[in-house]
Parts: sequence; C-alpha cells; structure tokens
Amino acid sequence: MSLEYYLILSALLFTIGVIGVLIRRNAIIIFMCIELMLNAANLAFVAISRSLGEATGQVFVFFVMTVAAAEVAIGLAIIVSVFKHRQTVNVDEVNSLKG
Amino acid sequence: MNAEQILFILFGAVSLIGAISVISFRHPIYSALSLIVTFFAQAGLFVLLGAHFVAAVQVIVYAGAIMVLFLFVIMLLNLETLSVQGAIGRKLKGLAIILGILFAAEGIYIAVNALNDTAVASAESGAAAVTTTTYDIGELLFSKYLLPFEVTSLILLAALIGVIVLVKREGQEES
Repeated sequence: MSLEYYLILSALLFTIGVIGVLIRRNAIIIFMCIELMLNAANLAFVAISRSLGEATGQVFVFFVMTVAAAEVAIGLAIIVSVFKHRQTVNVDEVNSLKG
Repeated sequence: MNAEQILFILFGAVSLIGAISVISFRHPIYSALSLIVTFFAQAGLFVLLGAHFVAAVQVIVYAGAIMVLFLFVIMLLNLETLSVQGAIGRKLKGLAIILGILFAAEGIYIAVNALNDTAVASAESGAAAVTTTTYDIGELLFSKYLLPFEVTSLILLAALIGVIVLVKREGQEES
C-alpha cells in the first residue's frame, strides 16, 4: 500500500472528528472526537515514518499519546466538576466563565 | 490484490465505521465502545505499517487506560437519566457536514499533492523497505529526544496534581 492511501484515511478520520466536535453538544463526546483527531494524526505520523524509513515519527506518536493521556485526565476532571456544579455536560448550557 | 491491501481495506473500513458511529450514537456509552473499535482497527493499521511498538501502546494506553477512564466517568455521571444530550439543529448540522466535506477534500488534496514534490516522495522510492524496530525507537528516545522525554514526565506530573486539585472537595482540608 502506498503512503497516500494511509494519508487519505488519516484525513477522513480527522474530518469525522472535526464534524463530531461541530455537531455534538455533549462534552464527553466532544472529548472522544478530540481523541479521534489525535489518532488520525498518529496514523499520518506512523505512515510517513514508515515511508521515510526512520523511527522519528513513532517517537512523536509516543509524545502525542502522553499528551493525550494527560489531556483526558484533566478534561474529564473538569467535566466531572462542571457536572457537580451545573448538573449538565451540555456545552451550550455551560457558557459562562463565572460559576 | 494482495494480503496487505485486503487488510488495509478491512482495518480502514472498520476504523471509519467506528468513527462515524462515535459521532452518530445518541448514548455516550455506545460512542465510547465504538471508539474502542476504532482504536483496535488503528492498532491493526499500525501493525500493517510495521510499527509494532506503537500498535501495542495503542491497545494498552488508548483502548485500555484512556477508554476505561471515559467509561468510568460516563457511568459515574450516569448520563442516561438526563434529558436528550441532543445534537444541534438540522440546519446547523447540514452546514457542519458541508464544511466537513470541504475540509476532507482539502486534506485529501494536500495528502495526494504533497507527495509529488517533497522529500517524502524521493525518500519513498529510495528507502521504502527499511523497517523500524522498537530498538530504534528506544535509541532515539533516549539519545536525540531525551529532553522531550523528560519533559513528558513533567506533563504527567502536572496532570496528576491538576486532577487532584480539581476534584478535591472545597473546604475539606484535613480529616
């Protein structure tokens, strides 16, 4: 399989993530869509790493995964505390900075 | 059609279907489960690309740790009892999908065209058969990328402290 098929698949997955962020209003699902986009980027990294024949792309995937894990932990903690205050995770209802 | 192409189409289709399910299911739990399917399919794609270490980490960290966290929070908040966690209006949804299709077209255009005139294309013809092993990744990680590697540990520490501060109940100092 040549590189471009992997890049096209990666672009499609990223787009699905973007559409998800645009059309869904549940904060948890928006988070999952962000994970989807990070994964699409990982796929592109690994595909290009393979076609260049060196491991640097995979090292970057490692860093992306670390950042994703930290982001999910913080984000879910924020969602839980927002839910405790407002009894909702709908991002349209949580639209003021002041609780 | 050789085995690699068949497997690529299989894993690619599964990951696309899983991704579409993530954004179309009403209930967050079904979305989370579809996301796990997508992650497994992507792990398969990583194996096809010869990145065994990344595939293993994908299954262990993403499908294991991160998705368990998601499912845990969904069940903790017990979102099914809430009213419809609805999507936005039909008109806006149509607009979003049109914008998404434009975005996808742009991405595919870049993916196809970038290969024509850059170093990637020339390298592809030269060193296509070289496979990278976990040994190579480890060597890079602990030599050239040692400082970023240490900084990631700081990120994880910051995340840990941040989460503890966020979820600590106010007024509950020491008991």
